[in-house]
Amino acid sequence: MIGLNHYLVLSGLLFAIGLVGVLRRKNLLMLFFATEIILNAANVAFAAISHYYNDLSGQMFAFFIIAVAASEVAIGLGLLILLYKKHGTLNLDDLASMKG
Amino acid sequence: MFELIAFYTISVLTIGLFLVTVLSKNVLYAMTALAAGMSLISGYFFMLGADFLGVVQLIVYVGAVMALYAFGMMFFDVTRDIKEKNTNGAVVFIIAGSVAVMLTMIFSMPLGINSIMTLVQPEVNATNPEAVGLVLFTKYLVPFEVAAVMLLVAMIGGIILAGKKMDDSLTSTEDDKIIDTEGL
Repeated sequence: MIGLNHYLVLSGLLFAIGLVGVLRRKNLLMLFFATEIILNAANVAFAAISHYYNDLSGQMFAFFIIAVAASEVAIGLGLLILLYKKHGTLNLDDLASMKG
Repeated sequence: MFELIAFYTISVLTIGLFLVTVLSKNVLYAMTALAAGMSLISGYFFMLGADFLGVVQLIVYVGAVMALYAFGMMFFDVTRDIKEKNTNGAVVFIIAGSVAVMLTMIFSMPLGINSIMTLVQPEVNATNPEAVGLVLFTKYLVPFEVAAVMLLVAMIGGIILAGKKMDDSLTSTEDDKIIDTEGL
């Protein structure tokens, strides 16, 4: 049978995939995609714990995470469009304006 | 038995699709793989009995967020492959791998199992959406309202950020640039 540990290990794997994306990608849009993966991994863990401990708090937190992710995308895409209009690129290396 | 098959099939598929998202060079491939992975994630929620959460995942993530990305994609040049300078990729994989091992060790730790207690018990005879509604509008009413205000702020912010100077088009400025470089 599938237990809580199966879901938690799966969630850890998805989180690690998202982390690879955040650390490795240099394109801002790809960084956004990786963030979505990380948020989804957290949601899976919350839903699994909520099911196996028979407690609805986990699902509530997952709902609020989804709300936060939606507003993050709305604001973030607006900022990305502004950046692209200004610089013509979304590459982080080209966007670095403070040379230190 | 069927749960076992479903769990392993969906988990292999989601991990593969998310790997495509993270490693692909083409934005369109990455976005399509992300959308497919997100819709498969709702399968976990249905297996876990969180029906309402699964439906919300489908509507909000696969519907709204992916449509937003698709609209945003129209502003960017997505036909080109992304060129990225990847310095020391091995370090990244070592860090992420050790974080994965660490998370697995934390999750399998038997610490404090006995001290976990249920805070919000679902109603006995209620279906999942009913139980969620009862809890959301009693115990979590204030966070719910705060989330509503946050979504309103995000909506206004998005409109102002992306909608300002919408009339000077992006493509015409790009054409000017091309003409400039040709002139030089």
